[in-house]
Amino acid sequence: MKNFIDLAYNKIGLPRLIITIFLLVFLIAAAVVDLSIPMLTGSLLVRVGMNAVLVLALIPAIKAGTGLNLALPLGIMCGLVGAVIAIEYKLAGATSFAVALAIAIPLAIIVGYLYGLVLNRIKGQEMIVGTYVGFSVVSGMCIFWLLAPFKNPEMVWAYGGTGLRNTILLHSSFDKILNNFLGFKIGEIEIPTGLLLFFGLLCFLVWLFGKTRTGNAMHVAGSNPRFALSCGINIDQMRILGTVLSTVLACIGILVYCQSYGFLQLYQGPLMMAFPAAAAILIGGASPKKAAISHVIIGTFLFQSLLVVAPPVINVLVEGSFSEVFRGIVSNGVILYALATRWEGGE
Amino acid sequence: MESNCLLKLDKICKSYYGNQVLKDVCLEIKKGEIHGLVGENGAGKSTLMNILFGMPVIQQTGGYEGDVLLEGNQVCFTCPSEAMGYGIGMVHQEFMLIPGFTVAENIKLNRERTKPNLVSRMLGKKMEIIDVQRNRHEARASLDRLGMSFDEMMPVGGLPVGYMQFIEVAREIDKENTKIVVFDEPTAVLTESEAEQFLDTARKLAADGMGVLFISHRLDEIVSLCDRITVLRDGEVVAVLNKGEASIQRIAELMVGRQINRMATREKTVQAGKPILEIRNLAVDMPGEKVKEFSLDLYEGEILGIGGLAGHGKIGIANGIMGMYPATGSLVKQDKSLPLGDTMRMLQENMAFVSEDRRGVGLLWEESIEHNIIIAAMQSQKKFLKRITPLLTIEDGAMIQEHTLKMIKDLDIRCVGPQQLVKRLSGGNQQKICIARAITLSPDILFVSEPTRGIDIGAKRIVLELLLQLNRDLGVTIVMTSSELAELRSVCDRIAIIYEGRLEGVLPPDAPDLDFGLMMAGEFEHKGADQA
Repeated sequence: MKNFIDLAYNKIGLPRLIITIFLLVFLIAAAVVDLSIPMLTGSLLVRVGMNAVLVLALIPAIKAGTGLNLALPLGIMCGLVGAVIAIEYKLAGATSFAVALAIAIPLAIIVGYLYGLVLNRIKGQEMIVGTYVGFSVVSGMCIFWLLAPFKNPEMVWAYGGTGLRNTILLHSSFDKILNNFLGFKIGEIEIPTGLLLFFGLLCFLVWLFGKTRTGNAMHVAGSNPRFALSCGINIDQMRILGTVLSTVLACIGILVYCQSYGFLQLYQGPLMMAFPAAAAILIGGASPKKAAISHVIIGTFLFQSLLVVAPPVINVLVEGSFSEVFRGIVSNGVILYALATRWEGGE
Repeated sequence: MESNCLLKLDKICKSYYGNQVLKDVCLEIKKGEIHGLVGENGAGKSTLMNILFGMPVIQQTGGYEGDVLLEGNQVCFTCPSEAMGYGIGMVHQEFMLIPGFTVAENIKLNRERTKPNLVSRMLGKKMEIIDVQRNRHEARASLDRLGMSFDEMMPVGGLPVGYMQFIEVAREIDKENTKIVVFDEPTAVLTESEAEQFLDTARKLAADGMGVLFISHRLDEIVSLCDRITVLRDGEVVAVLNKGEASIQRIAELMVGRQINRMATREKTVQAGKPILEIRNLAVDMPGEKVKEFSLDLYEGEILGIGGLAGHGKIGIANGIMGMYPATGSLVKQDKSLPLGDTMRMLQENMAFVSEDRRGVGLLWEESIEHNIIIAAMQSQKKFLKRITPLLTIEDGAMIQEHTLKMIKDLDIRCVGPQQLVKRLSGGNQQKICIARAITLSPDILFVSEPTRGIDIGAKRIVLELLLQLNRDLGVTIVMTSSELAELRSVCDRIAIIYEGRLEGVLPPDAPDLDFGLMMAGEFEHKGADQA
């Protein structure tokens, strides 16, 4: 029995265990304070779907050996640029979403390639450099949002007439375009079918890529560079590839996120977006050196469900906005824990 | 006589995880004596020193048996500082000096003379002021004792390498109670004239009544310097020679001459035909195993051994050819010139490499057996792939599994299945996986480095048999690099010995022990002269 507990503990790992226990406690509390479970479930499904692609974006970088890609805002910026251009031309519905993607992805490839070149010069410090690259690019882009010659009155500041707004409504373009695709209801629970399907498709593509010769090479280059060298693999090239893929997934991820959210958030909005994603994949059992798609799914589910369930429960029990504090503690705490202790990764 | 004895190691036995590395080793150092300690790599010299200095690794692996007597009193050190407290000093191979400090500061480091002041009277000795003048004078005195004339106030950083060795010695003798100084390969980094000066220093110390334990691979130094010489081989003392009886030949023979119990035997010998690989002027920049110049022809179907002492560059050769470290020179395989440094090209030309660093280079520690075996062939030769649509090619799971199962069966890899992680396997089975990975490339030349390092004796035999079988049944030409000469002699057709990054000579496996010993010590060409 003791062996079994030890084994289970080792398999699950401390963060997953703590989060799961927290979640159970909150679920019980939610039932006690009489919150609507179907409503919670519906909003959980939406939140998992809208965040999962950003978490998935971390996978190629970890596989290629550049650690957690905390420079996700690079890809996010490409996605936002794609979106504002699509809105500027007053596109609507699926077209606007497709055009946003079509503009964002090539942009993300270029940006990812350049960032990959940078990462190859600072091997071993990717995560700290990534954090600051993320911060800098968000600040740098603030100037762009202000100065770029956009004209669509839906986006520019209502008074002065130049510069983009802080939040841009998507109701005329691609608001809920994926969520509502094939959407249906089970009882009171709304199922965002398109959103989940889209995420599933991306997971499948990432998985498929892992099965190719190049995918294998990237994985080897990340897990043991000396071994990769002895197999004749060009390690620097693989690191660049991993960075490009991660950036592209991030730009897709933010578009998926925004269509579900209903707004674009510019300026400081994306500043901290990399950290909840990193926390989610770590909770899922990944480490900065080893990650799998299962970690993305498990991690996003646990992390988001905690965020969905905890705030209403806490708000009932305690006064004031404790939920933001709680989110900060969980996401930053998990990142800190993983970086400090868990370089090995679970199974 | 008895009072003359400074240090006595009596019947020291030590084993690591059931593997006995020292057996009844006795060693005695008298006052004013220079005692030489020689032996091949792995003979047990470092373990013996670790015991003497109380290095933690000894306690962690279960301690040792036998007694260490210092001036007749039994001691058992549990940490190096304790050994130092008792007056045993060590001069290290790599320098432990602070570049930005002056010579005097380095010599007196952590033992500075201090002057009390007002604050220190209240807060204790840590607050005392360093007495620069007194430190300087004492350091000067120590340097003078060694016959060194350079300025004690110069920063160490800019000094030539040779001087640093002397500063290390000065630090040891500056300690008031130092009775025994251990020199671990002190002359390895020195030029010839510096080495000569250094040996004089050692003589001077002995004349002052200290005991000196001198460990070196340079047999000429040992012979000219030491009063007595202890020869270790496979963890046992095989001889203690007095000054008169020792000669380079004698020592070389004693060091190498083990009864070669043939672990695996070789039947056919190859006639020198056309070379399959011509190596010319190979130089490899591998840290710690630099190859300066190496030229050799490799013949089809042979097993070539590469031997030599650690640090002389034998490991660098295969690594350089396979592009693991920067290399220059020329390489011609079957009339085709190959560019050095291009690993992919080497693999595509059917050359494979089993690295000496199993954990760091040879294996994907966290991955499955099948992944480890097929990945090199998939990357370089595009095997194990299937096309599922015209644009998309992915790995062929069925084919991978089939091949892995075949390898597991053929090489008798003990595991629970192709999916098991290699970190869960024993050393011998991991080595088999490295070899399986190389075979999967269907090589015609296979470089194997240290194939039996860190695996038990039974597994060693199996690995060697496996190499012979590959050579016999598949006609693979094998280049095997090993620190274990006995192993090379039982398997190889020819053995090349490397000394200081150059080819010292090529010997048949049945050449006398003496010749191997001399070649590894770089003394082969002097052999004729000495005998005459």
